[in-house]
Amino acid sequence: MNWDWSAIADFMPRFWDGVLITLQILVLGSLISFTLGLVWAIGFRAPTRFIRWPVHAVTEFIRTTPLLVQLFFLYFVLPEWGVQFSALTTGTIAIGLHYSTYTAQVYRAGIDAVPVGQWEAATALSLPAHRTWIAVILPQAIRRITPALGNYVIAMLKDTPLLAAIGVLEMLQQARLESAQTFQYTEPLTLIGIAFILIAYPASLLVRALERRLVR
Amino acid sequence: MTAGLWQNWVLPGIWITIQLLVYSAALAAVVAFGVGMARTHSSRFVRFLAGFYTEIFRGTSALVLMFWLFFVVPPLLGWQLVPMWAAVLALGLSYGAYGAEIVRGALNAVAPAQREAGVALSFTPWQRMRLILLPQAVPEMMPSFCNLLIELLKGTALVSLLGVGDVSFAAYLVRLATQESAQIYTIVLVIYFVLAFLVTRSMKALENKTKRNIGISVAGGASK
Repeated sequence: MNWDWSAIADFMPRFWDGVLITLQILVLGSLISFTLGLVWAIGFRAPTRFIRWPVHAVTEFIRTTPLLVQLFFLYFVLPEWGVQFSALTTGTIAIGLHYSTYTAQVYRAGIDAVPVGQWEAATALSLPAHRTWIAVILPQAIRRITPALGNYVIAMLKDTPLLAAIGVLEMLQQARLESAQTFQYTEPLTLIGIAFILIAYPASLLVRALERRLVR
Repeated sequence: MTAGLWQNWVLPGIWITIQLLVYSAALAAVVAFGVGMARTHSSRFVRFLAGFYTEIFRGTSALVLMFWLFFVVPPLLGWQLVPMWAAVLALGLSYGAYGAEIVRGALNAVAPAQREAGVALSFTPWQRMRLILLPQAVPEMMPSFCNLLIELLKGTALVSLLGVGDVSFAAYLVRLATQESAQIYTIVLVIYFVLAFLVTRSMKALENKTKRNIGISVAGGASK
């Protein structure tokens, strides 16, 4: 085995660029998945089955098909429909959309766990629907589900390398470009593998700590 | 899309996806049970090793691991892995780590009195595991394993980036040949959806079977 520290040193500028892009995808993707997931979760509870049924079908379909194929779908098909996005935007939307179907299940579990009495009290006080959601149900639900959402953010982090497939310059793509130039595959790939562990493991400890504090 | 594309790429692609799913699921199951049981071992050292394994493989990205096995390991060891087996190894090892957590959780959820009863009857640790703990824990694992298997099925799409000719790779080639993306990618998404549906159905059947084995009735629901 021949490990070359100078290859690591040469890779460093690219590596940090990749880390920044990865974190950017992660933050924006999380925001998309948290908002869209909530929309799906409220859709699950819609009063008419003409909303409930399509929402179930769409989320189930997105959740059980591979993110990679969805990425290619959006990347190649959106331009055919006349929508031009950069690879980074497409990738962020795809990952946010994919994970929104997971967060939707989390929200649903959190909303179901709010005691029925809370809904009844809101009805008894004749609160309008949006006040019931914003002031009564969601504050109680979100406290319980924060750790679960955190777990999906970590899972999302580990799926960001898929965006390399459409050429987004995140960590894996930076490593591939570096290797293609220098023919040294070992160092860049090992470095980003370790970088993922170094980000994901403390994050998972944080989520566990949150779980102990918020969920009782 | 022409019949030739179907016969030469899409159908063999589906078959390769199914093979990948079966092989990596088998490897993941071995890893999951091995590591999961090791995490309930009496020796602190064994528990630490198993915990270390799960944290490493759950911590890194399956795709990065796959690239690593494919590009870094061959020069290290002096032999080349066939892409298909690099993929199976990467998928099996990382999803096995997730499965190990499921196994550990289910084993810990078996009532402590069951284990104590095994001790009182002077079963060996292995007999306790095989005859008392596992039969009760396995039905509990099944719903989580079903979800994990769906994740694994989705994970098999990653191998197309290594050039393995699975159904995602076929989609890529068909797109190049026909210059039509919407059609082939819709078809491939539906293929994955159908495969996932079949996986869910067979896992449900397996769950009911393992429940019946330990005398939990599944047909009637609450009655027992």
